[in-house]
Amino acid sequence: MKRWKTLMQAAPFMLPSIVGMIVFSLLPIVISIVVSLTDWNGLDKLNAQTLGERLCGLENYGAILRSVEFWNVLGHTVYYIVLYIPLVLVMSLFIASILNRNMRGIGVFRVLYYIPVLTSWVAASLIWKWVLSPQYGVINQLLGYLGVRGPEWLTDKFWAMPAIVLASVWKDMGFYGLFLLSGLKAIDTGYYEAAQMDGAGKVRQFFSITLPLLTPSMFFCVIMALINAFQLFPQVQIMTEGGPNGATQVMVERIYTYGFKYFRMGYAAAYSWLLFVIIFVLTLVQMKLQKRWVYYES
Amino acid sequence: MKKKMLSFLLTGAMFACMLTGCGKAEEQAEQGTAAQEPAQEAQESDSVDISAEEEGEEEVTITYANFNASGGNEETLQKMYEAFHEEYPQITVDIETIGYDDYFTQMQTRVAGGTAPDCYELNIENFAAYANKGVLAELTGIDVSGYNETALSAFGIDGKQYGVPGNFSNVVLIYNKDLFDQAEIEYPTNDWTWDDAMEACEKISALGDDIYGIYQPITFNEFFKVAAQYGGGVLNEDKTAFTINSEENLAAAEMMIEKITETNVQPTDAQMGGMGDWDLFESGRLGMIPTGIWAFGAFTDACDFNWDICVEPGGTRKATHFFSNALVVNAESGKKEAAATWINWLASSDAAAKMRIEAGWDLPAISDEAVLAGYLEITPPENRQAVFDSLNDLVVAPIIEDYSLMADIITDKLSRAASGELTVKEALDQAQEECGAQITMQ
Repeated sequence: MKRWKTLMQAAPFMLPSIVGMIVFSLLPIVISIVVSLTDWNGLDKLNAQTLGERLCGLENYGAILRSVEFWNVLGHTVYYIVLYIPLVLVMSLFIASILNRNMRGIGVFRVLYYIPVLTSWVAASLIWKWVLSPQYGVINQLLGYLGVRGPEWLTDKFWAMPAIVLASVWKDMGFYGLFLLSGLKAIDTGYYEAAQMDGAGKVRQFFSITLPLLTPSMFFCVIMALINAFQLFPQVQIMTEGGPNGATQVMVERIYTYGFKYFRMGYAAAYSWLLFVIIFVLTLVQMKLQKRWVYYES
Repeated sequence: MKKKMLSFLLTGAMFACMLTGCGKAEEQAEQGTAAQEPAQEAQESDSVDISAEEEGEEEVTITYANFNASGGNEETLQKMYEAFHEEYPQITVDIETIGYDDYFTQMQTRVAGGTAPDCYELNIENFAAYANKGVLAELTGIDVSGYNETALSAFGIDGKQYGVPGNFSNVVLIYNKDLFDQAEIEYPTNDWTWDDAMEACEKISALGDDIYGIYQPITFNEFFKVAAQYGGGVLNEDKTAFTINSEENLAAAEMMIEKITETNVQPTDAQMGGMGDWDLFESGRLGMIPTGIWAFGAFTDACDFNWDICVEPGGTRKATHFFSNALVVNAESGKKEAAATWINWLASSDAAAKMRIEAGWDLPAISDEAVLAGYLEITPPENRQAVFDSLNDLVVAPIIEDYSLMADIITDKLSRAASGELTVKEALDQAQEECGAQITMQ
């Protein structure tokens, strides 16, 4: 009874955001399920009648799963993830451990490392395009000093995706670094003191104390990074536009193109639901697997 | 107790806010339905007589959306409107200028939601899709003599006119005079063929390792034009089937691609190293570039060498590009006549044309060359007349409902050929097959 009363008192305060969520998130999500079962073209009036007439069942899903393109695009995304996640975790950890020290000039570094995170992807991609230019870019120039002939990055089928990974890691490591830093700060210094007493070196301390106690933060970062990686889009759009010859085409780009360029909104909606299912399943799997490697101290 | 009072007060205030909020929404909804009633009456006829000028009738306010004025020409458009409003004081136009990047997603959403403006602008890629899906009103009674015929014909489908050409640009061959001098060859002329151009290209490329003869993008846009220069085309005459891998098209595609893969008088993507084609020309390392007349301003500012223009080379015949955006009337609009009057005036009146030229926007798609004369006086290029000479052999884009999809498939295959992944023949065969499989012709 008391609970009901509290709820009623709270309801008017929550209503504005609940209404907003229903109208701008929940409703479109529900409608997009229906749209994904139709061949709606995105221009005909969106109402029950149009959708009813254009119903085509699971045809869109079947067509996508049968198309070579979908599997190619999924392959590109997986390629990106396999390169990106380990690299971004290592770099974030590196950043976090630097930030965790008390050395001179750390204040400056604390500002610097977060700048890429705040930069817009459009600006960052344009800069990276130049950095990666095979003839005039900084990276190939540096490789040249070492006597290595740098690859043709963005115009090379094999190097385009690693190049995008490089830019993405640079941009995101500050973001995940911040989470890992909070994880590091939460580790009780008592453990290190005890380890030192027992004669454990720095390396041993890192692997036996820091890493296990950091796994909850790392778990969070892996999930976030995976979800974001599947939605990879702006950097690709600007740096390669899906090229060379489609080698960097990714799912979100396809969804946008089908919906707004080819006027196949039903197909695009089905595509995005497939994307959702993939992310959902992978996240579930990770939740299950976390027992094996995530260590909660208590 | 005090706390409880406070929470009650706040709750009350919240409800009050919400109620007023709802009230406004209802009011708007009512207005909305009121406005829709005449719209539904008008819907009975899905066409509008563009010559029907509303004289001295009741005042109307129409909405017009465009992207072309964004980024520099908003004021010119406003001035045009002011001139229009003086002529037609009963018509008020609410102009909405939206940036290109957001324009089409927004317009698509508004059309589907039934809140599209009375008249608006569409680019060629989107025009056919909109017209075929029945969201545009047919325009009848156009005074054809005022318009450039080819440009106007681009926006007719099955003999019905769904749009008027709002603006106009075409493509010419721009060349670096200094490089031609250095290579000791004659400047290009209006009756050059690609064979002449290739000869010149090789001599210019021989001037240095990082100097190239020509840059012609490997895209669908270039391809359908070059195909026309060799007597081919991507569609059969009545637009019922693809003819992408025809022999004429093969000759055209080979010319486009072999100058990269065989003679390398055109740089590969890797040799470009992420540089834009205009940048390459501006750096003085490119002999020729077929590109739009909208490059004149940029080249005038950036080039420290002499350059000029002529009509683009041809194959077995001449064919040149033009780009034009359609001004269309919303089929659902309740004020079709006023909307048609406005877009017709905007596209074809002398007053609007003059303002367009003065502002250096682009060309008006009109046939009256006297109005266009002012355009000729601006140099460089000295041979500005070539802009008009190029109008003699305009080729119309092969407009079909799934234009963007077709364009993307063909561009993809051609660039695979340019990178050596496919032979030119394989590229065209695959494009033919994929277009046939993915696109149903009407």
